[in-house]
Amino acid sequence: MNLNWLIVLPVVSALAILPFSQLKQVRSIAAIGATLQLLLSCVLLYVFMQDPASGMSGSLAFESSYAWYKPLHIYHSVGVDGISIAMIMLTAIVVLAGVLISWNMEKMSREFFFLLMLLSAGAYGYFISTDVFTMFFFLELAVVPKFLLIGIWGSGKKEYSATKLVLMLMGASALVFIGLSGLYFNNASGNLSFNMSELAANPLSVEQQKFFFPFAFIGFGVFTALFPFHTWVPDGHSSAPTAASMFLAGISMKLGGYGILRVATTIMPEAAHYYSPYIIVLSAIAILYGSFATMMQTDLKYINAYSSVSHTGFVLFGIGMLTKTAIAGAVIQMVSHGLMTALFFAVIGMVYERTHTRMVDKMGGLLKTIPFISTVFMIAGLTSLGLPGFSGFVAEMMVFIGSWENGGTLHRVATIAATASIVVTAVYILRAIGKVIMGPVEHEAYFEFKDARWNEKTAAIILVAAILVIGITPFLINHLITPGTEAIMNKLVANP
Amino acid sequence: MNYALLSALLLLLPLASFVVLGIWGRSIFRKASGIIGTAVLGTIAALSVYIACQYFLVDGQLNGTYQPIIALQTEWLKFGYKELSIDIGILLDPISVMMLVVITVVSLMVHIFSLGYMKDEERYSTYFAFLSLFTFSMLGLVISVNIFQIYMFWELVGVSSYLLIGFFFTKPSAVAASKKAFIVTRFADLGFLIGILILGIQTGTLDFSTIIDRLSNPQSEAFISMTSAGFLGLSTLTWALILVFMGGAGKSAMFPLHIWLPDAMEGPTPVSALIHAATMVVAGVYLVARLFPVFHLDEIAMSVVAWVGATSALFAAIIATTQTDIKRVLAYSTMSQIGYMMFSLGVSGYGGEAGLGFTASMFHLFTHAFFKSLLFLGAGAVIHYVHSNDMTDMGGLRKHMPVTHATFLLACLAIAGVPPLSGFFSKEEILLAAYEGNKAIYFIALFTAGLTAFYMFRLYFMIFWQKEKHYDPHHGEGPMSMKLPLIVLSLLTIVTGFIPFAQYVSSNGKGFDTHLHLMFSIAPVAMVIIGIGVAYVLYQKANDKPTNLANAMGGLYKAAYRKFYIDELYLFITHKIIFRFIGKPAAWTDKNIVDGTVNTVASATDDVSFMIKGWQSGKVQQYAMYFFAGALLLAFIFIYLWH
Repeated sequence: MNLNWLIVLPVVSALAILPFSQLKQVRSIAAIGATLQLLLSCVLLYVFMQDPASGMSGSLAFESSYAWYKPLHIYHSVGVDGISIAMIMLTAIVVLAGVLISWNMEKMSREFFFLLMLLSAGAYGYFISTDVFTMFFFLELAVVPKFLLIGIWGSGKKEYSATKLVLMLMGASALVFIGLSGLYFNNASGNLSFNMSELAANPLSVEQQKFFFPFAFIGFGVFTALFPFHTWVPDGHSSAPTAASMFLAGISMKLGGYGILRVATTIMPEAAHYYSPYIIVLSAIAILYGSFATMMQTDLKYINAYSSVSHTGFVLFGIGMLTKTAIAGAVIQMVSHGLMTALFFAVIGMVYERTHTRMVDKMGGLLKTIPFISTVFMIAGLTSLGLPGFSGFVAEMMVFIGSWENGGTLHRVATIAATASIVVTAVYILRAIGKVIMGPVEHEAYFEFKDARWNEKTAAIILVAAILVIGITPFLINHLITPGTEAIMNKLVANP
Repeated sequence: MNYALLSALLLLLPLASFVVLGIWGRSIFRKASGIIGTAVLGTIAALSVYIACQYFLVDGQLNGTYQPIIALQTEWLKFGYKELSIDIGILLDPISVMMLVVITVVSLMVHIFSLGYMKDEERYSTYFAFLSLFTFSMLGLVISVNIFQIYMFWELVGVSSYLLIGFFFTKPSAVAASKKAFIVTRFADLGFLIGILILGIQTGTLDFSTIIDRLSNPQSEAFISMTSAGFLGLSTLTWALILVFMGGAGKSAMFPLHIWLPDAMEGPTPVSALIHAATMVVAGVYLVARLFPVFHLDEIAMSVVAWVGATSALFAAIIATTQTDIKRVLAYSTMSQIGYMMFSLGVSGYGGEAGLGFTASMFHLFTHAFFKSLLFLGAGAVIHYVHSNDMTDMGGLRKHMPVTHATFLLACLAIAGVPPLSGFFSKEEILLAAYEGNKAIYFIALFTAGLTAFYMFRLYFMIFWQKEKHYDPHHGEGPMSMKLPLIVLSLLTIVTGFIPFAQYVSSNGKGFDTHLHLMFSIAPVAMVIIGIGVAYVLYQKANDKPTNLANAMGGLYKAAYRKFYIDELYLFITHKIIFRFIGKPAAWTDKNIVDGTVNTVASATDDVSFMIKGWQSGKVQQYAMYFFAGALLLAFIFIYLWH
């Protein structure tokens, strides 16, 4: 199967949108495009699972390579393992849900859907790249359209947020690029190379790794809201239109975690061991500090954005623990958080569209007037606080078990601190649920609200279904990603 | 016998009922949802009674010892460390089979009662969906094969309880109570989780029977490694057990984690009967009993269990004597009775007659489930009739509600421990175990038994005797659906005491005989008679003796009435300390320091570029000047510094 279809399809649907200007035409094309993306990724998943030789062995499947610029040894090489497939599925689901949520985007609809499709092309390209240069290219492709999405369709202090987001992410990209250049010039093979498996086979000397690892780690880390470089998250998420928030929190924040796994830990394993205590401390701070900061927020989007800081902290925390279970937990947390936060932003969008406010204190009793939306709100909240049966529980528990395997005092203290966040999470989630959907009905006008329309219902159901699949049958996703995490783990064990 | 199929049905039926009623209850099964839920419960109650008969009477025993049967076990999530995995399965042993019967029977009664009680509710079908969810989760909890499985269902019963306490969600007090219940138990579960992490990583397994195998043998590798290392003077094993017990104490509303239980009475009364009296709140006792072969090896953990239980028993009983909300009195009495079960485990030995405390605890759990749910359903009937929770609005109801009156009286006698009702037998065993295990706890328990009789009859006299108030019920005592469960539970309250419980449930599976020691019974029965007598004098007729007594007690009465200010203490810690000194600073730091740095970097860049932008003026004369100045500078450097 040729993986490049994953890039071609969104680009084609983006281009197909351009000749049209009516909302109805544009959104239908986008919906068809997004549905095809989802189908294609399901086919990919199926073929991958069926193919024992290439599929579940831990090596990359469906590899292909085209020379992009030979003199500099830049190739467009692609290939996937279980981890990439999990991320691709996540992208496809979030994009389809995002298109459905934006069904009535009247303002400049052509440009809006065009940019959404372009973003998804960037994400797919990123997840299938096995050449760090093209990977970097797609990373940038997934950043720049966000400036426009927030700047044009956003709300609140949108210019500030858009600028901040893009500047911080661009700064992060610069760091990533330094890290990548270090690999390119200094790898042990003696050739200039961007190819991941070649770089992994010919690692840098330990000293060089120690020098370049922080660049790659912090660079990618900013995407995953690494403390203290997380402040683009709350502002960016809150100002973005619903679909962009979903994309931003659901997929963009995962680009960083994925990059750290693929580039930082796999290619520089010795440095990963060396820096692991720092990673653990920073991410434990992000987890606890993020959750305490969430407790004080009153705007629903800020609540979800700050809680994202806390939840993606688990991704870095799991990676920093360097055990098989914790890394698998980190991968599942990426998928889980992507789905959950997309669902949360979607439902916040639905609530906002009706109440015209996002302040929790100004709402109340929605469960009485719009039960479907409120139930989805509740489900998103319960996923966030890690209720068994939903995906968050699986991910968090894997991270906790994996972390406790490390016997060191630092690891133990950090793990206890991280587990404490489950209480704080319960506090802020139940507070939001209690204020927004429970309690007395706030205004008479609330009784006039229409419950979710078909497009909103479909979007919510898709996301909830995916959350339930992970939550109820976690052995499926665990089976899918295990060869990939084992390959990373083997690298780490072989190079202590 | 094929236990796998039957016990799997036991779980799947209520789950299916939850899904069906949850999704289509509002649209399709609006009227039928109560009947569907009740029918499902009827089926699984019959199933579990059948399973219990099969297990206890036919094929549970091997050489006179009850063997655990793993009816089903499948790997749900594999961790990449040793044998750690979360398995989902069904474990049948004496205590889990006993719990199956308790849960399904009480749940069935509550379902039937709710058919009448909740008839006019707008969210009738949602209510039954939640009840099904709860029943499913609770059944899943007791049949767990794996400590992580129990943790998962533990959380699920927590959320069902949350949903049902907040069922009347437009009432702010109900919302607050549901939040409080969830957060307090979540805090306790944090301990449970860390305890599981320690146990799991140290023993290399999460499987209950393997954990018990590896730790119940003092020569085993895991036991030695867990008892030799330690932290802050306690061994790793002690830490693990105390942390696990913390989770149990939270769920079972033990002091000082009890504060959620009285508020949980905001939920519909049948829910209180099911969740907050008979089933979920005893989960903590069940957890300790499940791990009892490990617990009894650790003296420190055992004494923690014993003293937390004894303190809770006495503490709650004192508060119960002062409350006037009928459901809150019952809530504190529940806490007190669970305290009995807990310390009974704590003072127990292991094996045979030494394990009397274990048997007594389970026996009391069993009998208490029936008479306490009877009391709650009776209270529900009263509230239904009077439209108030407050005892001061009641009085003289014995003439209005004869069935409720008779059954309530019976249950009061049972909980007070009057022979030959079930409560007498189980409490007697507990007291005997305490007498043999720990004298101090025995005297606390004896005194609490007197208090129990007093506050229960205070409640009884204030509701059913005293002066009649004016009632406006628009209906009679209640429909048949509400009376039938009261009658069935009364019968159970009479009968269950005569079960030779020690033959079936014991700490190591080997049955033994218990005897009634007449001499031993004198003291407790005397305490009970005194308690009832005092209540009769003070409350049988309305008078000012209680008020005078309360005034005479002064500060003590007030402190008990205000529940010893524990709630205020928690509010102080959460709002004044955690919110003010952790939450607010975190939010402030983020806005001003972390984000401030980002903005400062941005504005500094902006300022610098503003300062230097004049240099790119586009004026050729200026550029020429820069050029000459630069050339001159270079020339000077060249001339003077080169040499």
